[in-house]
Parts: sequence; C-alpha cells; structure tokens
Amino acid sequence: MKPLKIVVLAKQVPDTRHVGPDAMKPDGTVNRGKLSTIFNPDDLHALELALSIKDSIPDTKVTILTMGPQRAADIIREGYYRGVDDGIMISDRRFGGADTLATSYTLVKGLQKLAPFDLILGGRQAIDGDTAQVGPQCADKLRIPQVTYVEEIVKINDTEIIAKRRLEKGIEIVSSPFPCLMTVHGSSPDCRSRQAKNVMKYKYARTKTELRSADELMLSLHKKRPYLTIPEWSVEDIEADITKIGLSGSPTKVKSIENIVLTSNETKILSDSDTDIEMMIKELIEHHTIG
Amino acid sequence: MNNFFKDTPDFKFHLEHPLVQKIVKLKEKNFSESEKYDFAPLNHIDAIDSYNKILDIVGEICASTIAKNAESVDIEGPHIENGEVIYAKGTTENYQALYKAGLIGMALPRKYGGLNFPLLPYVMAAEMVARADAGFANIWGLQDCAETIYEFGSEEQKEKYLPRFNRDGVTAAMVLTEPDAGSDLQSVKLRATFNEEKNTWILNGVKRFITNGDADISLVLARSEENTTDARGLSMFIYNRNNHAVEVRHLEKKLGIKGSPTCELVFKDAPAELVGKERFGLIKYVMALMNSARLGVGAQSVGIADAAYREALKYAEERAQFGKVIVEFPAVYEMITNMKVKIDALRSLLYETTSFVDIFKVYEDVMKERKLEKEERMEMKAYSKLASVFTPLIKLMASETCNRIAYDSLQIHGGTGFMKDFPIERIYRDARITSIYEGTSQLQAVAAIKGVTTHVFLEQIKKYESEVSEDNGLLKKKLQKMTDAYEEVSKKIIEINNTELLDFHSRRLVEMAGNIIMGYLLVLNSQRDKKFNKSAELYLNLIQSENSEKYNYITNFNVENLELYKIEGYKGVEE
Repeated sequence: MKPLKIVVLAKQVPDTRHVGPDAMKPDGTVNRGKLSTIFNPDDLHALELALSIKDSIPDTKVTILTMGPQRAADIIREGYYRGVDDGIMISDRRFGGADTLATSYTLVKGLQKLAPFDLILGGRQAIDGDTAQVGPQCADKLRIPQVTYVEEIVKINDTEIIAKRRLEKGIEIVSSPFPCLMTVHGSSPDCRSRQAKNVMKYKYARTKTELRSADELMLSLHKKRPYLTIPEWSVEDIEADITKIGLSGSPTKVKSIENIVLTSNETKILSDSDTDIEMMIKELIEHHTIG
Repeated sequence: MNNFFKDTPDFKFHLEHPLVQKIVKLKEKNFSESEKYDFAPLNHIDAIDSYNKILDIVGEICASTIAKNAESVDIEGPHIENGEVIYAKGTTENYQALYKAGLIGMALPRKYGGLNFPLLPYVMAAEMVARADAGFANIWGLQDCAETIYEFGSEEQKEKYLPRFNRDGVTAAMVLTEPDAGSDLQSVKLRATFNEEKNTWILNGVKRFITNGDADISLVLARSEENTTDARGLSMFIYNRNNHAVEVRHLEKKLGIKGSPTCELVFKDAPAELVGKERFGLIKYVMALMNSARLGVGAQSVGIADAAYREALKYAEERAQFGKVIVEFPAVYEMITNMKVKIDALRSLLYETTSFVDIFKVYEDVMKERKLEKEERMEMKAYSKLASVFTPLIKLMASETCNRIAYDSLQIHGGTGFMKDFPIERIYRDARITSIYEGTSQLQAVAAIKGVTTHVFLEQIKKYESEVSEDNGLLKKKLQKMTDAYEEVSKKIIEINNTELLDFHSRRLVEMAGNIIMGYLLVLNSQRDKKFNKSAELYLNLIQSENSEKYNYITNFNVENLELYKIEGYKGVEE
C-alpha cells in the first residue's frame, strides 16, 4: 500500500470540564485567564487515529495543523511528543474572533498550502463551542467527501478508505475515495501517551514568535536543529482574504447571554418502573437538561 | 486529568536535592552526549526538566491506565496456556502503555536504546507504578535485569539483549529460587552443563517462586561446577525465551500481588549463555541484582504506603459517624497524620539511598572508560559502603512500615475495609509480601547490622547533624539525645562480643539508627522547604518514644535470658 499524507486538525480549548467558580465573568463571557487550556479531547482521538494509520502503513506522514494564539503552539508540541512528523501553526492577531465559517475558511487556506494530502482528520467537535461544524465546512470548501462521527477505520487500500461511524442509534459503515475528510468520535480509542524520547527531543520546539523572547542557548539550539522551529503562517502566508477571516469574516453574533441559576425546589419520588423512568427522561429533555 | 506525578510535589522537591547535581553530571559525562543524541540533555537544568517531564508521563499512565486496571487484574490474574503464561488483560494493557511511551529500559545507556536516567527518577517512577498496582510494579520493575546484563555481560550480549528492552518492550525475570533454596541461595541445584558439540551451556532442573517466570529474557542462577554444594559452584546465565525450552508447570495462588505471575519452571535442555565468569553467579552478580531488587521493593513499599494513606484520607473525609466526618476524631486523625509523616520520612530515606547507589554505580561505569582519580576512588568507596547498609535499611523500614500503614488504613475503613468494596482490601494483601521477598526483614537486619557495627550509620548521622542549621536547634537536640542513646546501647552490645546476642538485637539497633537517620533527613528537608516542618516535628515525636522503648529493652536485657528464648525439642535439619 502506498504511504498516505495525513493532516490532523487540532484546537487548543479552555478546559471546560474543570470549571471553577470564577470561570465566567459577570457579563457572562468566558474568563479565559481563569481556565487552563487543553488539547481538545476529540482532536486527540483524531490524532490517535492518524498515528495508528501511520503505524500500519509504512512511510505515512502525519502533519498536525492548528490555528490559534501563540500559546496554542503547545498543541504542536503535544503532537510531536506523540509522534507526528510535522506541525504547522496558523497564527496572526487578525485571525482572532473567528466563528466556524471564518475558521474553516482559514484552515482551508492552510490546507491548500499544504496540499496534496490524502486524508484530513479532526475531532467531531470542540468542547468550547460544541458546534461540530468546522470539519464539515472544511470538506465542503475543499470539495472533498466527508465522513463524520468516525469510530474506527475498517479497511484502507490504495483507492478507498472504509470507516465505521458511531451514530446515535447504531453504526454505519461507509467507504470514501481519497482525498477525504473525517471527523472522529470520542468513542474511538484514546490517544497514546507522550513518548519519552520524543518529549526530550521536541521540548524546545518553538514558533518564530516564541523565539523572540528566547535566550541565546535556545537560539543556538534552533540553529543547530532546524526541525525545532515550528512553521508559523500568517494571513499573507496562506494568502487569505482579509474580509473572510477573524471577526470581519464571522457572521455569527452573540445576541445576549443569560445567567442561569439552577435551583431545586421540589422533590419527586420515582419508582423504578419503566414508565416512571421514561417520564423522567421526557421531562429532562423538555427542560433541555439533557439531549 | 489525574496524574500521580502532579499530585505528589515531593518528587520535584527531591530531584532538586544537592546530591543530584553530582549524579547528573557524572551520569551525563559533562553533557557530552547532546552532540550525538537529540534527546540528551544540554545541561543540568535541562536534565532535571526532562526527568520531570518523563515522570509526568509515568504519572499520567499510572492514574489513567494502571490504577484503573488494578482491580480487574487482581480478580482475573494470569493463567497458563500450553506451558506459557498469559497475563490478565489489564496487565498487557499496562505494559503496552509504558512500552509505547518508551519507558522500558529507562536507566540503560542511550547506546543501548535507553534513556540514560539515573536510578533516582527511575525509582520515583517505580514508586508511582506500585502506588497504582503493586503487583504490576514487579513486572515493570524487572527491567532491572537489563542493568545486570549491562554491568556484567559481554559486549556481544549487551548488543544482543539490551536494545530489545526499549525497542521491543521485552520483559525480564530473575530466576533464582528453588524448592529447597529460598533465602539460602547457596543450595541452588539447577544444573548447567557445557555441551561441547553444540558449543553452549545447557540448563536442566526446576525453579520455584519465580516472579514473571515466563519472561522474554531470564537471568538464571545455576550450578555449573560438578560436585560442589556451596555458593562457589554457582554461575549466572541468560536464557532467551525464543528457545522454547522452559515449561511453566504451575502458577502459585497467592494472598496478594495476584497480577504478577509467580511461576514454577521446568528447564529441559534449555540452551543458555554464561554471564561474566563461572563461579561468580551468586557471590557477585546475584548480590548486585538483589541489591537493586531490594531498592525496588523499597520503592514498591513506599508506593503501596502512599496508596493506602490516600485511601484512608479519602474515606475518613467522607465517612460520617456520630454526626461528624470521622477524620475529625483524634483516634483517626492521629493515624492519618502519622501515615503521612512516615511516608515523608521513608521517601527521604529511599531517595537518599538511591542517590548513594547512583553515585557509586556511575563511578563504576566511568571506570570502564578511564582510570578514576584518587579522590574519585575514595568517594566511590565511601558511597558504596553507604549503599551496602542503606539498601537493606530502606528495604526493612519501608516494607514493615507499609504493612503498618495498610493495616491502619483498613482499620479506618472499619468493616467496609474488610469487604471487597474498596481498594484498601487489595492494597492490604499486596503489602504483605514486601517484608518477605528479596530477603525477609530478618535477613535485611542481618545485612544492615554492619552499618551499626562498622559505625557507618553513626558517622552518617554525625554528618547530617553537622548540616542542621541553628534555627532547628531544638529538633537537633532531640536527635542528639537519641543518637547518644543509640550509641550507648550499640556500643554495649558490640562490646559483649556475642554473635547470637548481636543477632537477637540487630533489628532493634538497625531500626533505632534508621529512625534517627530519617529524623535528620526530614529536618534537612525542612531547611529546603518549610512544608516539611510539620513532618519533622511529628516524626521526632514518634521515634523518640519508639527509640526509648528499644533502648529500655536492650539496656534491661539480661544476657542469660537468651537461653530462655530458645525453642527446645525440635528435630533439626535432616541430611
């Protein structure tokens, strides 16, 4: 089988699963300073899928691509620690404030610069916005097939890739030609851990911007080991249309934010009968507590 | 995400110990390897940063994989299929996770695929693995065997076997004990004969109680010299599992560490390679292997103690009785605080001992490349002497204390702790073996008593004493008083010059010295970080009364009473 060129789209997100009392500002917006950042969980699943394909097909190359502020370079380093071949950072103040439309536009410009590729993998959705739109939008803009909710790669040969999709009420097995884009479901295998030698090898990987505040030792190290310098692409590098990126390229506007204080003022006793449980579930869905 | 490294800031603290500077510099040959290997450290800070980062990976795998599998591994255990061991599913998962993260062969030189880590961070990793699952810690910890091949094997053997640890994730075993040769390894009978025709050594016989006996690479102690019955007739061999000439006949059913297969092995014309020289098997190589295994059990014991302590604390903070959470009752908080205090003390002794071993081992290694300066030779000798008595000391103190802590932790759980509902039940069972294998506590006392009789402990205590700052005058006075008492009774016993009496009191004397040493280490820790103030103070409370008790027992002991303790009417050893 011929080697594949895989690109993994990954995002750094605030750790919304470990929210403290001061995670929100009084005006209802996220207090990013108080939330630690993590590798978006679903994207880690996508990375694992990419690396497992690399394990099984010799000479396959995995590139990790992220868009974000400078601190998102951690995502690239985390990728190196786990075994990716290359990392690229799309970073420019002008990309800030992007919604899914502007984000997918920017990523696609980056992907076009990276082309050719056989497979693009991303997480199903990010835990900060939970939209699950960026992957599909990228596929649409690139005019390539998309397979969402992928749990497992069933088979790959030179012309097609067959994947198992995890849906709400079962599974679906679909085939796609190359190149294609897949979004990966959290039910797929967890990402492997960081590899010791890779961590020691790449811990000084830095973007050019990060290097601006680096000491002599770091600069000389980068001179000696060019692979440590993470490519960093600006608006000009990816030839992006300034009106389609960042805030100006984002039609999504937050109309208002409502603070919801959860209170409990009544107690219900339920029996363990199916009817009672069903009623409870219905009620929870109606109140948007679940679902 | 949970991480056993992140939730234990003491690791970081101990990596900043002044002795570590020396170890790293020697181990990294003045950081010359960074030209050749892209993952070698550039300087001391870089090296310490790497240790921290790699231990962070270990901590993550321990919390997210090994600890989660511990219960199912304990229930499922390994089994035999066609004469081979099949691990529990969780065991394989654990090993694969550590292997894929590149954590097999951590202490091996880079030339053989290792990370060239000193023992100190390796021991810290072993401690975390044991905290997650003590039984699994054995399987992972047996990578120590690679060290022995590195130390004593031929260059050809090193190149053949060592790279397999990190690259292929091979497992290892030390195959020593037999049905009639447990603590007394001189009686080993497994036969090694040299076959001229095949130009190889051939092993035949039975081994018993072999941890991870079906490993890929085994170090086997066998009798190579015909018509001998003692230690001088024993040599060490490498057996390669690919030869398929050993059958696993039986797996022991055990009280604890159930995930770790304890095998009875039958060697049937098994080809093997001699390690080093004939006749040096037990007297040199196994002794070295044993010492690193003892340090390993020390780490395992501290890991188990830590696990037991955390379970106790968690339970006591949640469980309410008489309208209060039970952690508010003096009887409970005393137990829990003392657990923490003892763990702080043991950890300090464990890392102190490991550093001693590190320094003399690294000098041994340097010696392979160049002649040591006179000063270096003297230092190596001094640290080797310290390591030889500190190693049995930590094995003794840590294993016994971890049993005590597991006992107290189960006690805090009350009746619930006796049920299978909480991890403490498993931890309690797992703890029990630590004071038995790799030499019982009684044998550790026999080895460590040399630290008393040759005054190595006392000299080291005096050295610590000189490092205590004026601010700690009060604690220092307490320790000095204890030291005087220890000096008095040890002198008394030594002067009576009665071997049996010395044996009788050896554990008491060793423990008195061990307590004082740990007391000083905690005081010295507190000089680098105030958070140890409490442990230092409370630990001295504990050992003051413990040492007084031992002092009184020894002082009031009537030598003639020794006869009264002897058991009469047994039949003796059958020939």
